[in-house]
Amino acid sequence: MDLVPTPSQTAGPYFHLGMTDTRSVKCIADPQTKGERVWLACRVIDGDGVPVPDAMIEIWQANAEGKYNHPDDTQGDDTTGDDTQGKTIDSPWFGFGRMPTLEDGSCEFETIKPGRVPGPRNALQAPHLNVAIFARGMLKQLYTRMYFAGDPANSEDAVLALVPQERRESLLAQPVVSHPGHWRFDIHLQGERETVFFDV
Amino acid sequence: MGHLTNERSLAQYHRTPPGSQPPSLYEPYRATIRRSPTQPLTVLPHTLSEITGPVYGHEKIGETDNDLTRQHSGEPLGERIIVSGRVLDDNGRPVPHALIEVWQANATGRYRHKNDQHPAPLDPNFTGAGRTLTDENGSYRFVSIKPGAYPWFNHYNAWRPAHIHFSIFGRAFLTRLVTQMYFPGDPLFAFDPVFQSIPDDKARQRLISKFDLETTQPQWALGFRFDIILRGRDATPFED
Ligand SMILES: [Fe+2]
Repeated sequence: MDLVPTPSQTAGPYFHLGMTDTRSVKCIADPQTKGERVWLACRVIDGDGVPVPDAMIEIWQANAEGKYNHPDDTQGDDTTGDDTQGKTIDSPWFGFGRMPTLEDGSCEFETIKPGRVPGPRNALQAPHLNVAIFARGMLKQLYTRMYFAGDPANSEDAVLALVPQERRESLLAQPVVSHPGHWRFDIHLQGERETVFFDV
Repeated sequence: MGHLTNERSLAQYHRTPPGSQPPSLYEPYRATIRRSPTQPLTVLPHTLSEITGPVYGHEKIGETDNDLTRQHSGEPLGERIIVSGRVLDDNGRPVPHALIEVWQANATGRYRHKNDQHPAPLDPNFTGAGRTLTDENGSYRFVSIKPGAYPWFNHYNAWRPAHIHFSIFGRAFLTRLVTQMYFPGDPLFAFDPVFQSIPDDKARQRLISKFDLETTQPQWALGFRFDIILRGRDATPFED
């Protein structure tokens, strides 16, 4: 490392102009994309419990097979005979979404539930979406992950295991019982129910 | 090791040196007080989830996307500027095909945004948003007009130094950067908590573009250089 990375600065209150007015992405998965379709209702809440109406959420996720559309994800590229063999990006897939929050701090995404991707020591991680939050009043983005409550793989996920038991729930989206396929994910920037954020 | 397909290729990204990035909480910038976590962040090892990210390059960039002075029928008022530079990683290697998005106020310091209440005129010939991709050498270039300083409500008589907002997508979700580029010699630096939030003075200075006679075009526009450094990764993979 020879150079020092450029410092971050807040996205400010007018980020819509450059990032979401014409470039938001609500549907991460095309209608033809394979996988279990899910609808996510996210909300950003500040330390006073007040919804944040000028935040932006970005999502990055793997496809239903647990493969990222990225040159460094080489799963399935060779035939070493491991359990990643055969993973492909065979239906329309980019894997990126971003939306600004509305007055009530909410934004929605439509996507598919990602498959399991390898993690530390090649153990498979539980299905999760990578989430970055930007806002006025945030000098740099916060990173978190959204897992799916009730998924049996959660108990063996190496990243969830890094988080104290009592705070893990902040990383779990909850199913909306009345609407199958719909999930709720609240992000508390601060306070008693503060979401777990990651230093990546 | 042959079967550990992914583990063996996962060179870890560098962490940023202390003081080179702003903290989440910087009280003089009041909006951070209720929007910053109080619990320590959980340090993540870099898995495929962190080292991948949206990679652009096949994206269509419109003809006037990188020229903010040609997006309307007439020309915007203000000092015409050419902003150019390179996107490099912290090893000094160019980052090609990086998507850069910019947005800014017009020459009067007013944003084309419904929440901007600054009583300064909008310019019918200026939107203030652009995008471009870096080339093979990590180079990029925008044409625009110099934005004006503008007031805000952070404290009494608060004014932001003139700046252009930058959003950059590098190779990984963890190299994602949103920042602001400033102009040399701005008298407002000393009073701006957003700029001052970066603890290390040297790091702070790197957000100030440099006037550049080389890229200045005679009888046309002033040139400013702004290089952007993204996090890079170790040459050798991490084995655990
Ligand atoms: Fe601004």
